[in-house]
Amino acid sequence: MRGGEALVMALEALRVNRLRSVLTMLGVIIGVLAVVILVAIGTGAKDEIEKQISGLGTNIILVVPGRISLGAAPSQSKLGLADVAYVRRVVGDPSKVTVSLQSGETVRVGRTEVFVTVMGTDQNMVNIFERPVGKGRALSETDVDTRRRVAVLGSEVADRLFGDLDPIGRQVTVAGARFRVVGVYSEVGQTFGLSRDQEIHIPVTTAQRLLGIERINGLAVGASGPEEIDPLSDRVTAALRDRYPGEQFSAVTQTALLGTVGSVLGMLTGVLAAIAGISLLVGGVGVSNIMLVSVRERTREIGLRKALGARQRDILAQFLIEAVLLTTIGGLIGIMLGVGGSLTIAALTEVPASITWWSIVLAFGVSAAVGVFFGVAPARRAGRLDPVIALRAE
Amino acid sequence: MTLRTGGPDPVTTAPAIEAVDLARRYQLDGVAVEALRGVSLRIDQGEFAAIVGPSGSGKSTLMHLLGCLDRPSTGVLRVNGVDISRLSDAELAELRNKTIGFVFQSFHLLARTSALDNVALPLVYRGLGRAERRARARAALESVGLGHRMEHRPSQMSGGEQQRVAIARALVGEPKVLLADEPTGNLDTSNGAEVMAILDRLNADGGVAVVLVTHEAEIAAHARRQIHVRDGLIERDSAS
Repeated sequence: MRGGEALVMALEALRVNRLRSVLTMLGVIIGVLAVVILVAIGTGAKDEIEKQISGLGTNIILVVPGRISLGAAPSQSKLGLADVAYVRRVVGDPSKVTVSLQSGETVRVGRTEVFVTVMGTDQNMVNIFERPVGKGRALSETDVDTRRRVAVLGSEVADRLFGDLDPIGRQVTVAGARFRVVGVYSEVGQTFGLSRDQEIHIPVTTAQRLLGIERINGLAVGASGPEEIDPLSDRVTAALRDRYPGEQFSAVTQTALLGTVGSVLGMLTGVLAAIAGISLLVGGVGVSNIMLVSVRERTREIGLRKALGARQRDILAQFLIEAVLLTTIGGLIGIMLGVGGSLTIAALTEVPASITWWSIVLAFGVSAAVGVFFGVAPARRAGRLDPVIALRAE
Repeated sequence: MTLRTGGPDPVTTAPAIEAVDLARRYQLDGVAVEALRGVSLRIDQGEFAAIVGPSGSGKSTLMHLLGCLDRPSTGVLRVNGVDISRLSDAELAELRNKTIGFVFQSFHLLARTSALDNVALPLVYRGLGRAERRARARAALESVGLGHRMEHRPSQMSGGEQQRVAIARALVGEPKVLLADEPTGNLDTSNGAEVMAILDRLNADGGVAVVLVTHEAEIAAHARRQIHVRDGLIERDSAS
């Protein structure tokens, strides 16, 4: 028998039992649909978070006190400005080190009030973190040295406080003190749900006096290239441990964050896909079940075909192709619905969903494999039927 | 067996079917049943023979063996000169496809399939292309007088017509032997007579050997030779 004949025969058999075929496919359709959508959401979430991490800037080492682990509360900072000067000496190039001291504060202009992150930093921040200034200027070394009360606004803060007015040279009140706006950053988007356009930057020295603290939250070191990141972060943390024996310091790099977050989210996507895969497996059991029923119903037909010269493998092929057709047609429909569903979710909700070619190939391959796996037993049973007994069956 | 020969005999000179001391035993609910107990017979090319016997005589078992649907427990069976004990299951299927045509009491047509496709079915397993299958099936249907029923389904035809479709299906592969198991059993007298007339004509014109299995003496009378089976043995083999 030719391969094409078996395909035509199988399609015909599925057409004859249309309702049953569709219901059997439904199990596979739902399974594949679930795999495609869940993988799309998992991948979308991973892409989104990786994009935000990349938005932090490349080749940056964040140095923070304590030992960083996911889920651990940040420890009390022991670092001060003297340590920044120390790290600058360790690194060698002072312009490669910047500092941050953050606090949530109310900022007011006239009657307009907004609650924003006020960050005390220095002149090197804009270069290391690649924050382009849209209007006016960035913080200068003099601003930091002389504790000027000047501020550079995030684009969103500027919009909300001043609307269409040009904020440069105007006054803002930060935690009760008056500051002069010297610059506005260009829009940069958000990281981990926090909009960096909602920040206000002031000189770190001014911030310490304003908030009444001597400490800083952390410092950031810019490496000159990716290969310098690891040795440089080791050198900085080692130097700080020398200075503060018994204390821990952690260096967080974008690559390390990407690696950790990527592997966690990748695992999550895998778990989602596996759960969806279970429903695909259940769909496969349905296929197996219906094929067994079909073999029983068509016992006489099988006997007749054998009498007319069908070999065991002709019969086996006929039923196996039927099972594989059930699952692959179901798989294709599931992929189409899954892709459509993912695109709809991405368009209508804030849930990120991104279709990956591998999830589609995998879903199709698995549904074909499910067809073979669950179709083999019924097909073998059909192929092995004794023609004499099969012809006599009711 | 001493009668076993080295290789397949030349096809042209060999008898259509040659059975030597066939026995067939099987287990039925743990009890050994001996359906055939040593049957030897020979059906020549172009012969018309009837296997006659009451139910339970073993004639159905004999027919299954002659049709290569089953294998004997002991004994030698040569079909068209080929010893079937040397054949694999797949080769046996090929032998059935090329050498034997079956006509069953209950027709055994595929219900949702047209007469034409039913008749063409054996050729599917011969690997022939669709166009050739249809052309040969059309010719076979015309030869049994059903040229006007090509696209009809079995449910749209009378019993006599269905059995004629089944005969066309048995003929389409140009077999050496046509095995008809109670071909008129489900038909009324006039349809039965028509079916028997077709079998007579095929045997006379086409030269195909016909082996009729029946318990009706009247039907068996169409054959020139009656083989009476009783209790798993040939009781009498007589030419009429």
